[in-house]
Amino acid sequence: MLQVEHLRVQYGALAAVNDLSFSVSEGQWLMIVGPNGAGKSTILNAISQGVPYTGTIRYEGEDLKKTDAATRARRIGMLSQNHYVGYAFSVEEVVRLGRYAHRSRLFSVHKEEDEAAVEEALECTGLKDLRRQSVLTLSGGELQRTFLAQVFAQSPQLLLLDEPTNHLDLVYQKQIFALISEWLKTPGRAVVSVVHDLSLARAYGTQILLLHHGKPAAFGDTRDVMRPEVLNAVYDMDVAAWMRSMLSQWQPETE
Amino acid sequence: MKRIGEHFQGWMYALFALVTLCVFFACVCLGSVSIPLRNTVRVIFDEVRGVPSDTALRLARSVIVPVRLPRVLCVALAGSSLALAGAAMQGLLKNPLADGSTLGVSSGASLGAVIAIAFGITFPKLPFAGTMVMAILFALLSLLIILGLAYRLDCSLSTNTIILIGVIFSMFASSVMSIIITFASEHIKSITFWTMGSLQGASYRNAAVLAATLLVCGTVLLLHARELNAFAVGEDNAREIGVNVRRVRLVVLITVSCLIGVCVSIGGTIGFVGLVTPHMVRMIVGPNHKRLLPASMFSGAVFLMLADLVARTLLNPRELPIGVVTSIVGAAVFVLIYYRSRRR
Repeated sequence: MLQVEHLRVQYGALAAVNDLSFSVSEGQWLMIVGPNGAGKSTILNAISQGVPYTGTIRYEGEDLKKTDAATRARRIGMLSQNHYVGYAFSVEEVVRLGRYAHRSRLFSVHKEEDEAAVEEALECTGLKDLRRQSVLTLSGGELQRTFLAQVFAQSPQLLLLDEPTNHLDLVYQKQIFALISEWLKTPGRAVVSVVHDLSLARAYGTQILLLHHGKPAAFGDTRDVMRPEVLNAVYDMDVAAWMRSMLSQWQPETE
Repeated sequence: MKRIGEHFQGWMYALFALVTLCVFFACVCLGSVSIPLRNTVRVIFDEVRGVPSDTALRLARSVIVPVRLPRVLCVALAGSSLALAGAAMQGLLKNPLADGSTLGVSSGASLGAVIAIAFGITFPKLPFAGTMVMAILFALLSLLIILGLAYRLDCSLSTNTIILIGVIFSMFASSVMSIIITFASEHIKSITFWTMGSLQGASYRNAAVLAATLLVCGTVLLLHARELNAFAVGEDNAREIGVNVRRVRLVVLITVSCLIGVCVSIGGTIGFVGLVTPHMVRMIVGPNHKRLLPASMFSGAVFLMLADLVARTLLNPRELPIGVVTSIVGAAVFVLIYYRSRRR
């Protein structure tokens, strides 16, 4: 579905991503993990054509550099990490923008499928009651859900999620991951997401790309990559010990 | 003020149009010589039908037809164009403090006009004055220079790069204007009056140029209302939902430059219309450009017509430059808006 070959992204003298190759197939959920500054978000920005790069990124065999913006948006939806909306658009107006690539140039009369997609996106993200509310009055979590709804309304086959549960409380973290798992069950779909939480990556990811200083430290099935010796070398700490110590905080207290 | 936003209905455009028409007729009636509304309407209708007016209406006709009507028409069209350009720029740059002059094209057009005045440049074979031709030429030249420099620095033509080059270009154009003014002391009065903005002596030909520009540029911008909404939410977001950000940015910038260039060439530098009007309109109809752009066009026309009325009647028989009135009123309104929003 998605093939990335010899990807290199340069910020001035710094190579944020260097000679990276990987692929994503239908039904897979690729989790990109790694320490801060490893180049995780840069990969998603390159796939969404947000940063200049060398190398090749293909979707279904077609070079994304040569694909027009609307066609790309009908196939690939991206949820960014930070959102700042300067004007008081309503939640529904922001979500409806997700249908931009599906509508004809001159006539913007809402088609039935546009309406259905927007309603479904509002419904599954729990935003129906907030649809008329200004985005300037939303909490960080509500804003994140608004943009997630916009991506769902876009009806893509490949989801790119940059820290999708950023700003979300535990309830919505659980809901969002369950929602994306459900979304992925439809054939012909795949997800690539950047996460910091290794537990979430291990629980939901089918593939893991572990990055270190812009280069792949490991890539493969979740069980093969999420091993203590692999993670410890990249994070320069005993990752498994830290996870266990955190988990032990939740053990029932004994008399 | 309650935001109408999503409940904005078609009939509200009719209301905007009605208010604009009322202010238009009021501005044609009122002035150093006030003419009753009935006579004004009769003179205009007679003129439109090509029927000679009654002898009793001769005085009214001599004021309305050659002087006041073309002036008010030009003022309304310039106000509409400036407000439309401001609304588009505020959406494109996601910045409520942007307006047509943010790009630097306004300064470029002013430089062209100042050169024409100072050196007495005329184009005998062209139907328009040298000032106008030079202002339009310099507006387009400025756009080419700004976009060319921005492209050399950043081939993605990002908004921040364009703003930065625009601001630097504005400073450069102002400096060159100052040098010209220093060496053209005999033209200081006309240059100063022109840079303060004035539509005194506007002709039907000016109105036709403004109307044609507004028709073409207005259509282009209205067709890009959805894209401007996407930019107003965020440039990255616009790219992610499928907007060709580079093409849309170029189309909007060129269109706004044409609007600003033509307005500056005819009326001089008229500040604050493009900044304040969309800001006020957004409080009523919301930020959606499908509603904001047409509502700004009507409101800009009303704002500038009222400013022009104040400019020519406040110190009658003396006349104030219209740019001075818009700046004073605009600054006061802006402070009021800011104060109210902070209190909320």
